[in-house]
Amino acid sequence: MTTCPPPPPFPADPPVTEALIRQHKLSDDEYARIVSAIGREPTFTELGVFSVMYSEHCSYKSSRRHLRRLPTTGARVIQGPGENAGVVDIGDGFAAVFKMESHNHPSFIEPYQGAATGVGGILRDVFTMGARPIALLNALRFGAADHKRTPELLRGVVAGIGGYGNCIGVPTVGGDLQFDARYDGNILVNAFACGVARTDAIFYGKASGVGNAILYIGAKTGRDGIHGATMASDEFSNDGPANRPTMQVGDPFVGKLLLEACLELFQSGAVEGIQDMGAAGLTSSSVEMGGRAATGVEIDLDAVPRRAKRMAPYEILLSESQERMLLVAKPGAEETVATICKKWELDSAIIGRVTNTQRWVVLATPDYDPLSDPPSKRKPQVVCDLPLDALTEGAPAYDRPRATDVTVFHRARIEEGDVPIPADWGAELLRQLGSSNVGSREWVWRQYDHVVRGGTLVRPGSDAAVVRVPCERDGQTIDKFLAFAVDCNGRHCELSAYEGGAMAVAEVCRNLVCSGAEPIGLTDCLNFGNPERPEIMDQLASAIDGIAAACRALGVPVVSGNVSLYNETDGRAILPTPMIAAVGLLKSEHDIVTSWFKGAGDVVLLLGEPTSGTRGLAGSDYLSSHVGRVAAVGGKHPRIDLDAEAALQSLVLGLAREQRLVSAHDVSGGGLAVALAECCVSGPIWSGDFGARVDLDLSIDRGRLDLTALLFGEDPSRVIISVRRDDVALVKDRAVRAGVPVNQIGVTGGHSLSIGFVDESAAAQAAIRLELSDVRRARSKCLESIVGAA
Amino acid sequence: MPNWVEGYATPRPSMRACVIVFPGSNADAEMIAALAGAASTPPTVVWHTETALPADTDLVAIPGGFSYGDYLRCGALAKVSPIVPAIREHAAKGRLVLGVCNGFQILTEIGLLPGGLTRNRQMRFECGDRYIRVAARGAFTRTVGAVWRMPVAHAEGRYVASPELLEQLNGEDRVAVRYCDARGEVVDEANFNGSAESIAGIYGGPYRNILGLMPHPERAVDPRTGGADGVELFAAAVATLAGGKSTSALV
Repeated sequence: MTTCPPPPPFPADPPVTEALIRQHKLSDDEYARIVSAIGREPTFTELGVFSVMYSEHCSYKSSRRHLRRLPTTGARVIQGPGENAGVVDIGDGFAAVFKMESHNHPSFIEPYQGAATGVGGILRDVFTMGARPIALLNALRFGAADHKRTPELLRGVVAGIGGYGNCIGVPTVGGDLQFDARYDGNILVNAFACGVARTDAIFYGKASGVGNAILYIGAKTGRDGIHGATMASDEFSNDGPANRPTMQVGDPFVGKLLLEACLELFQSGAVEGIQDMGAAGLTSSSVEMGGRAATGVEIDLDAVPRRAKRMAPYEILLSESQERMLLVAKPGAEETVATICKKWELDSAIIGRVTNTQRWVVLATPDYDPLSDPPSKRKPQVVCDLPLDALTEGAPAYDRPRATDVTVFHRARIEEGDVPIPADWGAELLRQLGSSNVGSREWVWRQYDHVVRGGTLVRPGSDAAVVRVPCERDGQTIDKFLAFAVDCNGRHCELSAYEGGAMAVAEVCRNLVCSGAEPIGLTDCLNFGNPERPEIMDQLASAIDGIAAACRALGVPVVSGNVSLYNETDGRAILPTPMIAAVGLLKSEHDIVTSWFKGAGDVVLLLGEPTSGTRGLAGSDYLSSHVGRVAAVGGKHPRIDLDAEAALQSLVLGLAREQRLVSAHDVSGGGLAVALAECCVSGPIWSGDFGARVDLDLSIDRGRLDLTALLFGEDPSRVIISVRRDDVALVKDRAVRAGVPVNQIGVTGGHSLSIGFVDESAAAQAAIRLELSDVRRARSKCLESIVGAA
Repeated sequence: MPNWVEGYATPRPSMRACVIVFPGSNADAEMIAALAGAASTPPTVVWHTETALPADTDLVAIPGGFSYGDYLRCGALAKVSPIVPAIREHAAKGRLVLGVCNGFQILTEIGLLPGGLTRNRQMRFECGDRYIRVAARGAFTRTVGAVWRMPVAHAEGRYVASPELLEQLNGEDRVAVRYCDARGEVVDEANFNGSAESIAGIYGGPYRNILGLMPHPERAVDPRTGGADGVELFAAAVATLAGGKSTSALV
């Protein structure tokens, strides 16, 4: 225990009462912990500081002990979780720097600004490490397509993401979008950014070097976003939008200036350490930088550039104004920092020093406002004086009680006899293709600049996006090829958080290998409800175990991420949504594979077990679209065989690298029939669509229920590939050697998709036959019921 | 320099290009790469606070970036930027100027091209490949009727002009490119942003030496990124320069 004299009272500070403690969302235990850690009662300002540092958002207090179970190391890992972003070696002296973060609560209150600042924040997390951002992705969840707020939220969020990314000039190359009534009162906006840096020029959020100057650079501080981190750790009630004063406002113009200024600062050799002022602003950035370096920090708030008059220390410390960075300069480099900031028309100011006290000390002059008053001759007084470890490691870490919610299976259970069977298979396929959860996402990504910087080789619409990154070193340019995908099926996670978590990892990695890339690292956004409820805590902990198991099976580490809890409105939690984004590395551009058929006469093969029967319908789009809820036949939850998955992925990656794959497409949402249709029409319109004749007379039980499961079930570990006729024997041989089931199911060509199978109860050969123009039209209209005609 | 710009014939002739970078420019990287691929001399890069262009600059390129509609500051800034008089002088001599996307907007803002660019008809940002058809010969276009496919990425690209101005542009053969369909037909459905007379780009200057257009030719110089039709535009500029410093022969 460290004790220190309390700072003198600051004018106008309210007394710290029980009600005030409650308002700051601190429990009795947590408050007692603070008093014990500092040996006295905190002041009003210190209370605010503890409140944000002990918030779920900053402290990970409910998830920390579980997150330790994730595999975070590997031969390529340069920096795992705990920094601003993860860093993974991509060879030749370069590294991919990436992270995904949630901005759920702000986006629900104010969709445009919430989403835009989410993008701005994640970009700063990446470029603060010395990386130039090269790709953005986003994963979005909205309420039911027919919910009254869905159109407004979808339009606002998509416009906000585009508004920031398009302006700052980083291509938004992919994403994931789903609708479900379970997100009616709490949408998800998860933003991912990746940058590329030199491995010998990675910058960390550390306040190293006692005596070094601490500089503030970027936009001025205002009153926006105060207590954003605490809000992000709170449930919504019906009066949610009343939280508006805590909203941050983004400015991509300043964001762009800050990006370029930082990259120039890194090259100048002036930077010792740097960190974005994100959630909990100046407080968390200075505390974390001091904590990581195990030094100490002293900050003078009088020097902080500001745009609002008469800001109290409490407000300056907790403001979440955007586009600001905290920088520790190398000795004597203060002038260099100021000059570069001036070139980019940014404020910069020396606001403090690195100390060796292990303490976090904040000074300010009472009743002094640099905006209104002449320079103060008084000596600033101490406002906060706290041991750093009380704010960092000293934060609470809970082992909250867990209990599996067995009622999920009762609610989800549907008997075999009650499974709807399509009367017309073709009409049903068209209906699924045109549904809001399955159809084309073009309405979304055409609002994102996905080609800026000229490096996008595979645009949105394939399994993963591929970006070429010219990496310059010593006057030489080496091209690197990175692939990106993001995914999670919340319905699967609802039925089994463990299997759903594992399946999410498997699916993103499958998307990468289907694009010719080796998965090299993951980042996650764990979106769940209130962890104080044992069934939610169980979902979170089980999902982490599932993710960990899949990571081990596939040999991919988690290098960064974020946890977003309390995603509830009036006690109703979202579907458990452990969103996973993956980064893949291609050996060469010749390895790139896209999902669509490329010509006539290629042979279509299905890799992986074609169907597990009715289990595959668990949590499927097909079932939920028919019965209006998450459903599972006989209460059977989805399941993944991770060994089979690993064998499949290594087979597909090997075939891609041998250039044996004309196309490869993962079978996921909507099932096999939908995936086949996607293979026909997901390419760019100018390259022409190619249909296929497919025969699914596989050796399965051919009852209509099993056919439904075969066509629309969502079993994992399946990939549709097309190969040149000459390669069929070789590919089949490779599959057999790898122990991966392989079925030759058709031939590409023509302007239609026909799927033949034997429907015994109809006592006849049945078939689906769809014109590709109809398939394209159905897919393209899938969001029309929400946002109107394009 | 990047070696991936494959569409160009090699060896490439000399063209001294200069890319002007404003604080909000964000399509400078691909413009620099495309110009580097088009000529044997790599382009110079000039920060907007400079007051002079490098000596003997043949072509000034203004890349895309922030739009005026969202950022009054940026517009005001570009207008009063110290480099602008030098660009005007360069253009008045008949030397080449290319403004793409926000660069086109800047050219209209500083009065080098007439008309204006406003919010797209559908009120949304629009990104994707679109077809354009060459409507006039000029410093950057050699063959009337050529059909190119290249990316667009803008929220404010709807070209607006008074009837008198449109008449003048048509009369003087200064409509450079129009949005069209895959077959090259200038049809309403292809005019995705609602531009007057489907105009995607116009010429200005004494010798049709100033081109402003919304589509991005610099993002269409490599088949691997989706297409290389932009190569023709840069190659035409090189050919124009090879034909003499003055482009008056085109008029």
